[in-house]
Amino acid sequence: MATKKTLEKSNISKNDLLQYYREMLLIRRFEEKAGQLYGMGLIGGFCHLYIGQEAVVVGLEACTKEGDKRITSYRDHGHMLACGMDPKGVMAELTGRAGGYSRGKGGSMHMFSREKHFYGGHGIVGAQVPLGAGLAFSDWYKGNDNVSFTYFGDGAANQGQVYETYNMAELWNLPVIFVIENNGYAMGTSIKRSTKSVTFFGRGAAYGIPGEQVDGMDVMAVKAAGEKAVAHCRAGKGPYILEMMTYRYRGHSMSDPAKYRTREEVEKIKSEKDCIEHVRDLLTQGGLASDEELKAIDKSIKEIVNEAAEFAKDSPEPDLSELFTDIYV
Amino acid sequence: MATEVLMPALSPTMEEGTLAKCLVKEGDKVKSGQIIAEIETDKATMEFEATDEGTVGKLLVAEGTAGVKVNTPIAVIVDDGEAYSAAPAAAVVAAVLAAPVAAVSAPAAAVAIVSRASADWPADAPMKTMTVREALREAMAEEMRANPNVFLMGEEVGEYQGAYKISQGLLDEFGPKRIIDTPITEMGFTGIAVGAAWGGLNPIVEFMTFNFSLQAIDHILNSAAKTNYMSGGQLGCSIVFRGTNGAAARVGAQHSQDFAAWYAAIPGLKVAMPYSAADAKGLLKSAIRDGNPVIFLENEILYGQSFEVPDLPDFTIPFGKARIWREGSDVTIVSFGIGMKYALEAADLLTKDGISAEVIDLRTLRPIDYDTVLASVMKTNRCVTVEEGFPVGSIGDHLASTIMQRAFDHLDAPVVTCTGKDVPMPYAANLEKLALLTTADVVAAVKSVCYR
Ligand SMILES: Cc1ncc(C[n+]2csc(CCOP(=O)(O)OP(=O)(O)O)c2C)c(N)n1
Ligand SMILES: [Mg+2]
Repeated sequence: MATKKTLEKSNISKNDLLQYYREMLLIRRFEEKAGQLYGMGLIGGFCHLYIGQEAVVVGLEACTKEGDKRITSYRDHGHMLACGMDPKGVMAELTGRAGGYSRGKGGSMHMFSREKHFYGGHGIVGAQVPLGAGLAFSDWYKGNDNVSFTYFGDGAANQGQVYETYNMAELWNLPVIFVIENNGYAMGTSIKRSTKSVTFFGRGAAYGIPGEQVDGMDVMAVKAAGEKAVAHCRAGKGPYILEMMTYRYRGHSMSDPAKYRTREEVEKIKSEKDCIEHVRDLLTQGGLASDEELKAIDKSIKEIVNEAAEFAKDSPEPDLSELFTDIYV
Repeated sequence: MATEVLMPALSPTMEEGTLAKCLVKEGDKVKSGQIIAEIETDKATMEFEATDEGTVGKLLVAEGTAGVKVNTPIAVIVDDGEAYSAAPAAAVVAAVLAAPVAAVSAPAAAVAIVSRASADWPADAPMKTMTVREALREAMAEEMRANPNVFLMGEEVGEYQGAYKISQGLLDEFGPKRIIDTPITEMGFTGIAVGAAWGGLNPIVEFMTFNFSLQAIDHILNSAAKTNYMSGGQLGCSIVFRGTNGAAARVGAQHSQDFAAWYAAIPGLKVAMPYSAADAKGLLKSAIRDGNPVIFLENEILYGQSFEVPDLPDFTIPFGKARIWREGSDVTIVSFGIGMKYALEAADLLTKDGISAEVIDLRTLRPIDYDTVLASVMKTNRCVTVEEGFPVGSIGDHLASTIMQRAFDHLDAPVVTCTGKDVPMPYAANLEKLALLTTADVVAAVKSVCYR
């Protein structure tokens, strides 16, 4: 897939492209920094990095409007940054500090923002799928045209509750987009070893839900598919499935020995399909941005991330009295 | 600017590791994301990536060095074109080392058995030292060799060698028909396993952690535990549900919970929660042979701990028999699982105050060895219970009520229960510490019942 695309076929502007570049780069640099802080012992527990998959959330967030909702798994840092949550608050939650989105109580896997309509951050594989449909139910009930973006992995796609949800979502016409982030692996289990069905999006057919497979490494393809799905939902036609073909570069979490795939496989995708390099090539080869312009973006992103890391280190630990707050509303 | 590359913590409980392989030389250019070294821990070998680009200025730790502590500088990366000099980077190290390290785990030292030789094996039995992890693996392997109907199923138990490496090597020995990797579908595979048990097989179901057993709890309770009764004794179910249970380190509320009291509440289930490697091995073998559904609760922090285990060909530990780890006369401390760590530490500390504590490990929570507990309380007249779970409806509550009903006249003080706090597990390091049970809690509880 090393063929260089040009912008001609799409209606995406230079500004859009620069915006995607910036957002994807922010996620990548943020995640690299998180990995670093983890190695230093500043972040504890599980920490699931999103590196490699950036185009999925950035492309889909480009299709949203105010009031749209999103929900995902524990691999959630990218989703939060893409929907406009503050990198400082996300990083400070990773370090378990009072300045974090959950005031240090949730950690990497459990962050939320009512303001940005981000509903987590869930640690139980597949659990976010009915929850996401429930968010869509609330919009359907209230009669507005908002959409719920419900993200889950290829591993989660085998959980029974996903199919219970598909059935009800179509039955009740719920405005939910099921986004399967198919990165090929659930921990150490490749999809070949967990299912014999060829596609995940195709499973919607049994319930009458339309869907398609999308090159999730190509932010413009993601955007285009997202527009279609969103239009379907907003028009009151019920749920839609997008199967995003993507890849995670790092281990499942920080402590994954990653013996289930070869270094060559990872390197091949990095060098041929990287979503950020792809946009960078489009910008430079199409003469849309100079090296200096891109360098300036790189620099500003690095600063944002460094500031977030500093904030996350300096923010105090939560007050001990917080142990017994928030158990009930 | 020179950047120190520090020995990373690659798992929540890692404190040190071996620099197994170094893939770069001094003077090499590295890119962000490039794999520069391989690091080995007791759990696994992991690749370690550079986080900044630059040139390797200096390698500070030689390839093959073992016992490298987390956060030790292992290399210096300098900006391209810059020369390495020892001085300026030092500031970075100091700053980094000053950062709090999220280390929890207990040292993997062998635990001294304080009381006389355990009655579970002959005093002159040959002993070997092994970790709880190895003991569990050995128990499964031995039972699988002995009974072709025993098989293991769960997520990542085969090719990945187990998420916590309990099943390491078993796929090689027993093949994919008996070491079965499942999709992430707990409710489905648990139901399948219960059906297979009705069909005459002896499944061992591994939950990656017991938190995920909640997805399958309907089959555990409604299908496995009750059907023998509902069928008038026709449909018993020989099955083991095992996996790590209880608090791990810094993994938040959904991944840190002790289910001991939950499962112990259910008639039709048996429940084991071992502390030592010998009990882990002996009880797991008994569990696999048992005709009933057994919940077998392990603990991540104990997996790497070493204990003495009898080296006998057919060593088992029966259910329903507590172990007295330490005899004492002033107070009885009753615990199980990782709670034993706090109970034993507290008993040690209490000797300094002249308090002699008897420490009992229940080992199984269904059945419970009431006789051993009651006999001890009748001797010491005081009792403290220790467990990691929530306070409401705890095993300690149940023991307190039993002791009140059957040994009321022997009590010189109310029974005090030490538990985790009544909150979901917080992530922040300081709050998590506060939520968890500590040795100091146990010491304080014992002093209170001794009126000291
Ligand atoms: C119900 C449940 N079972 C098991 C786990 C352990 N676990 C966490 S992530 C994961 C793999 C999920 O893979 P996938 O859905 O493909 O998402 P990805 O990690 O690739 O983003 C597993 C097995 C869990 N968290 N919840
Ligand atoms: Mg996956």
